[in-house]
Amino acid sequence: MTTEAANAKLIAGATGDWEVVVGLEIHAQVASRSKLFSGASTVFGGEPNTHVSLVDAAMPGMLPVLNRECVAQAIRTGLALKAKINHRSTFDRKNYFYPDLPQGYQISQYKSPIVGEGEIQVDLSPTYSIKVGIERLHLEQDAGKSLHDQSPTMSFVDLNRSGVALMEIVSKPDMRSADEAKAYVGKLRTILRYVGSCDGDMEKGSLRADINVSVRRPGEPLGTRCEIKNVNSIRFIGQAIEAEARRQIAILEDGGAIDQETRLFDAARGETRSMRSKEEAHDYRYFPDPDLLPLKLDPEWVDALAAYLPELPDAKKARFLADYGLTAYDASVLVADKETADFFEAAINHGDRKRDPKAVANWIMGDLSAHAKIRGAPVADAGVSATQLATLVDLIGEGAISGKIAKDVLSLLLGDEKDADPRAVVEQRGLRQVTDADAIDAAVDAVIAANSEKAEQAKIKPGMVGWFVGQVMKATGGKANPQAVSAALKRKLGV
Amino acid sequence: MTDLTSLTLAEARDRLKSRAVTSVELTRAHLGAIERAKSLNAYVAVTPEKALQMARASDDRLMRGEAGRLEGLPIGVKDLYATEGVHTQACSHILDGFKPTYESTVTANLWRDGAVMLGKLNMDEFAMGSSNETSYYGPVASPWLPSNWSHEKARAALAGDKRGLLSPGGSSGGSSAAVAARLCLAATASDTGGSIRQPAAFTGTVGVKPTYGRCSRWGMVAFASSLDQAGPLARTVRDAAIVLGSMAGPDPKDSTCWPEPVPDYEAAVGRSVRRLRIGVPKEYRLDGMNPEIEALWSRGAEWLRDAGADIVDVSLPNTKHALPAYYIVAPAEASSNLARYDGVRYGLREPSADITDLYEKTRASGFGAEVRRRLMIGTYVLSAGYYDAYYLRAQKIRTLIKRDFERVFADGVDAILTPATPSAAFGIGEKGSDDPVEMYLNDIFTVTVNMAGLPGLVAPAGLSNEGLPLGLQLIGRPFDEETLFSLGEAIEQAAGPMTLPDPWWA
Repeated sequence: MTTEAANAKLIAGATGDWEVVVGLEIHAQVASRSKLFSGASTVFGGEPNTHVSLVDAAMPGMLPVLNRECVAQAIRTGLALKAKINHRSTFDRKNYFYPDLPQGYQISQYKSPIVGEGEIQVDLSPTYSIKVGIERLHLEQDAGKSLHDQSPTMSFVDLNRSGVALMEIVSKPDMRSADEAKAYVGKLRTILRYVGSCDGDMEKGSLRADINVSVRRPGEPLGTRCEIKNVNSIRFIGQAIEAEARRQIAILEDGGAIDQETRLFDAARGETRSMRSKEEAHDYRYFPDPDLLPLKLDPEWVDALAAYLPELPDAKKARFLADYGLTAYDASVLVADKETADFFEAAINHGDRKRDPKAVANWIMGDLSAHAKIRGAPVADAGVSATQLATLVDLIGEGAISGKIAKDVLSLLLGDEKDADPRAVVEQRGLRQVTDADAIDAAVDAVIAANSEKAEQAKIKPGMVGWFVGQVMKATGGKANPQAVSAALKRKLGV
Repeated sequence: MTDLTSLTLAEARDRLKSRAVTSVELTRAHLGAIERAKSLNAYVAVTPEKALQMARASDDRLMRGEAGRLEGLPIGVKDLYATEGVHTQACSHILDGFKPTYESTVTANLWRDGAVMLGKLNMDEFAMGSSNETSYYGPVASPWLPSNWSHEKARAALAGDKRGLLSPGGSSGGSSAAVAARLCLAATASDTGGSIRQPAAFTGTVGVKPTYGRCSRWGMVAFASSLDQAGPLARTVRDAAIVLGSMAGPDPKDSTCWPEPVPDYEAAVGRSVRRLRIGVPKEYRLDGMNPEIEALWSRGAEWLRDAGADIVDVSLPNTKHALPAYYIVAPAEASSNLARYDGVRYGLREPSADITDLYEKTRASGFGAEVRRRLMIGTYVLSAGYYDAYYLRAQKIRTLIKRDFERVFADGVDAILTPATPSAAFGIGEKGSDDPVEMYLNDIFTVTVNMAGLPGLVAPAGLSNEGLPLGLQLIGRPFDEETLFSLGEAIEQAAGPMTLPDPWWA
């Protein structure tokens, strides 16, 4: 990173520059059919208390049995984070009373997590990348949900989430701005979605962050940190860090000191506020869960999981750069979402011919993304198949339609002509581009004749040719090849 | 005809098979005995309709020649086991009205093999106690009487607060009293620090705590998960072997349950003990030891020598640390295991203003004094700053205790012989009211076995000068219950039949 880039991240205070230091604990819901220690379903959105086993409700005498699928997902994620897989890990109980925690303890991995140190590369721009260290990844149970808004006098509890598997992914304090933290979460989310270990759906709470924030003068030791709990969108993560950094700087510049505490982010007010101080912190009385044996991993199983890991974003990006000659920016955008990357490759490689990767990338990142955004869907589900896009690009390449007509065809494919073959749409609707020189000459002659005065002016002001091109295109219903029209006009006007 | 309730389980089984008796007859005889013995307070719930329904089904299967191993045999169940639709409270107020929708693996195994459930047996609250006095449902009177007590005096005490009557031990006091008073052919019990073996010793019955993991803990109300183990109480070693054979077995619902199949325990009963090496650990010879107990122990060793076993002196140097370490590990686990009793989902809920108030009031009134004491000890020893000094050290001691046994077994010792209890049964209201440690000392010979996860069997070995039963304990290698059954029967044979008290209570 350049010095300018480093300086750009500093926050200017009244008394000088400050550096913010951020570490994140991401809670990612494991993609699995059943819960971490019970057979109950993990499906989101069920009626309250319909996905609850005897174990999840902590009935007397119930015992947890570890779900192997959740273990596999944690290992796959660890491998994707290039982290150390611990072949022996243990489960501990974290004890505290809360109505949505039926056992009175959360089963977590405190002492010996299943995944140890790793590292991920985060690209903020083609020239600005950081490395963020992963401290650990461990498996733990989610709690249920307390509902306080159902009755004026009572609180209710929904245990559907109780016992759902979470991966807590703890970063090192390696981020120095809200943007870096946001990019890190984005990259982590991309990796999780690539390996399929978490759907990354932040609206459903599948990905939540606890943010550790401190500030210091550049080059000085770390300041006292505050932890902001349970922030559930990338945008809010950025806002929370900025608000918290400003708050801490204001205190320090006023000669105050930061109290180590747990805080909440109020998105409506754009500020953090105190939840509990260090003195009020729980004593969780961690101890090894005697109901569960230490988790020992068969090295062959770990190897098999590694062998079947999909191509990861960094590798894919490198391949897109090398194989398709894309710019770093385009490659980054395309690989950020696995389905988009797959869609891109499917469109390029459709049939027995190759297409210009840049052209395909432009369509995906331009019109298709715009349509997808309107629909609130990912690019791959925007309503146009890779095959349709491939054909569309081919039609342009063949000179059968212009780029402008192609946009019209795309609109048709997204509307009346859903699922249709673009080639058939062009034929049936008579959209094929006119390239016949005689026909173009005739149209040009007609337009010049109808605008003789302007034609004289154009001979002196060649810039007016553009106006004539527009008139000819209008007259031909947009089907004339614009390059051919322009050439004919210049020839006939003698410019 | 002999009273049907006086049969051993094996005898009853044979009579059912030869159709000399029906399960309904056997079951009715026991239900009648239970009814007449209400004042002993051994049962906290009797299930006559369920019992007779199961008995009739057993008779049908016996008729069709489809009898299971325990077909038609009436059995009592400690209140710690979840029994579907039936009172299951671990004798605590906090589980008021709790009737599970599920059946524990151990009891399900018994019913699978044809056993008949008579009802639920009294116990110390959450199995925390050594006298059955911590039960929310009150103490259980042992069928054994202090010497010089007339039946009239005993009946008067029974009608009152039971003070002075003998404790049947604990925590499985309902189970031991019921077995000794012939209110069931055998009973399930559970043992965390001695809760099967001490009651067996106090009542002249046989109790087995199998190897940790031999029985599934699924559906057993948890006390201390790393120590809890299910086991039977019965009137003979053979009966205990038969019942354990059905209780035990693999269970995918308990991660700590041993996956190997159960051997034929009954076949081990009567097997020769010749050439078996029996260790006598010198550390169990305590200062100021009751001479009666010491004499009993020596006699037991002689009996086994006479039966052809080799008696060797062994050393288990960390024995003295076992009890204090146990009273850290067990409460620590309990403090976490019992957190679920919060008044939110089931059982007792005291009216309250907010959630903290709900927890405090419900748990204060729902748990008895001994349970509250242990929860506080457990919470304390796990607290930040104390964890290393208490819990971690206790776990290290546990490892040392385990190693002591491993070394002895590695030296070729097949089983270890020790006393079961420091004394014969004591009176209700006699111990522990001023100093709980006085009560805890009852477990001095038994806790080591739980700490090491080993199997232990207590068999009656004679009577004290006061005419009360005394037991001896045999400790085996992991998963070698068979050797214990062989040795236990050898002691049983040598000691001669245990004559249980006549039903003065009826």
